[in-house]
Amino acid sequence: MFALGNLLLVIVATVLFAVLAPIAGCLLAGLDRIISARMQGRVGPPLLQPYYDVRKLLAKEDVSVSGVDGVYMTCALVFTAFAGGIFFAGDNLLMSAFIITMASLFFIMAAYSSRSPFAELGAGRETLQVMAYEPMVLLMAVCFFMAAHTFMVDGVLDLERPIIATTLPAFLGFLFILTIKLRKSPFDIAMSHHAHQEIVRGTITEMSGRTLAKVEVMHWCENILFLGWVAMFFVWSNPASIVLAVIVALAIWFLEIFIDNNFARVKWQTMLNSSWLVALVFGGVNVIFLAFV
Amino acid sequence: MELLLFLIVFPLVAAAVLLAVRDDRARDAIVWATAAIVAVASIVLAVRFFGQGWTGFAFSSAIVDTIAIAVGALIAIVVMVYGVKYRNVAAIVLAAVQLVSDLIFEFAFAHQMEVPVGLYVDQLSVIMALIIGIIGSGICVYAMGYMKDYQAHRPEGEKDRRPAFFALMVLFLSAMFVIVFSNNLVWMFTGWEVTTLCSFLLIGFTRTDEAIRNAFRQIIMNMIGGLGFLAAMYFSVIWLNTMSLSEFILFGLRHPELIALPLCALSLAGITKAAQMPFHTWLLGAMVAPTPTSALLHSSTMVKAGVFLLIKLAPLYTICFAASQMVILVGGITFMLCSFMAISQTNAKRVLAYSTIANLGLIVACAGVGTPEAIWAAVLLMVFHAAAKSLLFLCVGTAEHHIGSRDIESMDLLFERMPRLARLMMVGIMGMFIAPFGMLIAKWATLVSFVENGQLVLVMLLAFGSAATFMFWAKWLGKLAGIAGQQEDVELSVHRSEWASMGLMAFVAVAACVLLPLLSNALIEPYIVSVYGQLGRDIPLDDLWLSAVLALFTAAVFIGGLRPSKQKQGPVYLSGVTVDSGERVYRNSLSNDEKATARNLYLAAYFSEGRFKPVGEVLCAAVIVFAFVASGIVPPVL
Repeated sequence: MFALGNLLLVIVATVLFAVLAPIAGCLLAGLDRIISARMQGRVGPPLLQPYYDVRKLLAKEDVSVSGVDGVYMTCALVFTAFAGGIFFAGDNLLMSAFIITMASLFFIMAAYSSRSPFAELGAGRETLQVMAYEPMVLLMAVCFFMAAHTFMVDGVLDLERPIIATTLPAFLGFLFILTIKLRKSPFDIAMSHHAHQEIVRGTITEMSGRTLAKVEVMHWCENILFLGWVAMFFVWSNPASIVLAVIVALAIWFLEIFIDNNFARVKWQTMLNSSWLVALVFGGVNVIFLAFV
Repeated sequence: MELLLFLIVFPLVAAAVLLAVRDDRARDAIVWATAAIVAVASIVLAVRFFGQGWTGFAFSSAIVDTIAIAVGALIAIVVMVYGVKYRNVAAIVLAAVQLVSDLIFEFAFAHQMEVPVGLYVDQLSVIMALIIGIIGSGICVYAMGYMKDYQAHRPEGEKDRRPAFFALMVLFLSAMFVIVFSNNLVWMFTGWEVTTLCSFLLIGFTRTDEAIRNAFRQIIMNMIGGLGFLAAMYFSVIWLNTMSLSEFILFGLRHPELIALPLCALSLAGITKAAQMPFHTWLLGAMVAPTPTSALLHSSTMVKAGVFLLIKLAPLYTICFAASQMVILVGGITFMLCSFMAISQTNAKRVLAYSTIANLGLIVACAGVGTPEAIWAAVLLMVFHAAAKSLLFLCVGTAEHHIGSRDIESMDLLFERMPRLARLMMVGIMGMFIAPFGMLIAKWATLVSFVENGQLVLVMLLAFGSAATFMFWAKWLGKLAGIAGQQEDVELSVHRSEWASMGLMAFVAVAACVLLPLLSNALIEPYIVSVYGQLGRDIPLDDLWLSAVLALFTAAVFIGGLRPSKQKQGPVYLSGVTVDSGERVYRNSLSNDEKATARNLYLAAYFSEGRFKPVGEVLCAAVIVFAFVASGIVPPVL
């Protein structure tokens, strides 16, 4: 059956993603720390520091407050892997977007399960973050569909020109909420990578050892997936375009680090208002534009 | 055909028997038996008509016509009696108008009313029959245990009115079968009005002031819709000279200009029954009723009759612009605004009510778009909503009886206090809104069809509405997920019938998700093909398998995998000296013991009802009025 062949392809891609994305994501995270340090006038840790951190976490004593957060985080990891697999197999973009949201949901539940006041606050904020970026993600997918005439990611390989030619507003809108998705300042309100947040470490306050390691790995995978979404805007039937797309994705990633280091964290009200406004204006304008062109 | 008649008549007989039986054990036996027989009969029906297109049955009888009209008149009289008793003028006036129109109809057009093919089955009816027969009966089973607890909580010496309650529940099923099998509009209308009356009586069952008030709100709104239905029947019989639903649709496809107004009137009937804005308040009010009633109204009956009618009429919406825009906009606006308002609710039943209305809004909007993809999505949404929503209502009802509150904040630690129930509730919530469960696929087809048809406003409404959906479900899930120390297990006293019923719903919800590809293949696609002659393009049939795999995984985790591990248990961090980790008590800066508490976000400043309700009501009412005016201006060619 044709359908089952597709399913097999996605599963193979998922396994590959689960192996390769953490490696690439880990290197990016190491690079992130070095670049951030240079921006702050420090030398920074070695490139492989994120890997050493996770390896150390895995060796820690297995302690948990709720006893189930590890299971939730495993689910979150599995769903992240599937979202990546679906995307990089060239399958359905909407499906990938929905499944990565599912991963966020499991992450949120892991935080809630500890019943720590700090983690609960963080989890509440995390749901706000999801609500803030979701409209723009959906509209980005809609614009993709209208530009490529399919939700299938590999559809871009048949195009004469990259979809960015007609989806610039949606791309800019997506960049705006990408900062939330990458958990970068000014939108790192649920859980900050820097140790200066008023709610301790928010969502991950009560996570330690293996569970925290899973959070880190999930974060690496997410970063790769989202950079993949960025790259998708710049690919067309010309094989060389993939190189261009990778370069653009890395440039965007550098931009995100720059923003992270130069903006103070905002309140959730500002995040929600601004990201919905961006979705309405940039997403809306682009959808209307595509409908009449 | 015998099977159809059996499904209609058997619950009717059972209802009559239940009304007479006063003994608890005898009633239990009858309800069990009725539920089982109806469920089996609906499955037999599905097997018997597997994969067949529209099958009509020559069945007409002047006596049945007269009975149908008489029942309609009787309903109007009953409403008038209640209206007089509780001094409700609006209800009396509406009932009087209905009574008069009903009788005029009988005497003026009786000779034209004959419809040779009175009954029919197609795959949509089969799906509806399965929903009514399995989920509806399951709720009746649940009601047995629930109503025992309910009766136990009533003041001593109060009259036991449970026989009437069960009779109404079962009668409801019969009326629903009438609606989904009747090709004769008069019969369908009778079933339509019976469901309205049944829900009136069920909502007002507790006879508190609030219940009476809400019951009247329900009957007034639905009688407005009923008058819309009647008006459409008048149009149909005068202009088109037919009382057959299928002929009405066929005629409409050839002469869209002629049916513009009746289509609007019928759509209004569907919109009121499906509790769309500005008529949504009746469904919110309905939750004062005992929980099985809410479950029945929300999942398998009543509101589903509304969307059933709209889906049935869907082919007409592709050619009638005004009616189509009316249905689409009302549905879309309702979806977004009700999702917003659900965020600010703490009452679990109210969250469920808003989410029902929002979801129905999505189905209504799909029906209004009317393309094959949209209808595919609409039917799927309907199936998933029926299973997941009934499960959730039953869970909330049981939780309410055992923890004494229906407030979501009180469901803290439910995961340990009522472990099985909390897991079932989680499955229900997952089934309601999340990838990779069915909703995702349905939403996606919705997006495709909206985009393909240039429904740009609707795309925006969907984008923001779904984001809100995530918020209110996720924070509820989070509340359930909390785990702290050893809690007392309070679910041991849950009735067996309640477990049986909730287990059935959970099974149906999970099975529908896991068997999604087969469901689509065996039931929904044949319906689409039989109506449109082709399947819509871009329906993601391939990815159904993927979603099935993920659904299976998630269900396995929630039902089987979530046990506290053997990990060492650590204390919770409370920025100071923790006194009691399980209770979250810490020593504060004044050396006093203090308990740390956290509440969910309800964002009242953003998503309050006061802010969105008036907007939605005005917008939707304006859309409806505008559509009627626009359709009325088109001169009917006689």
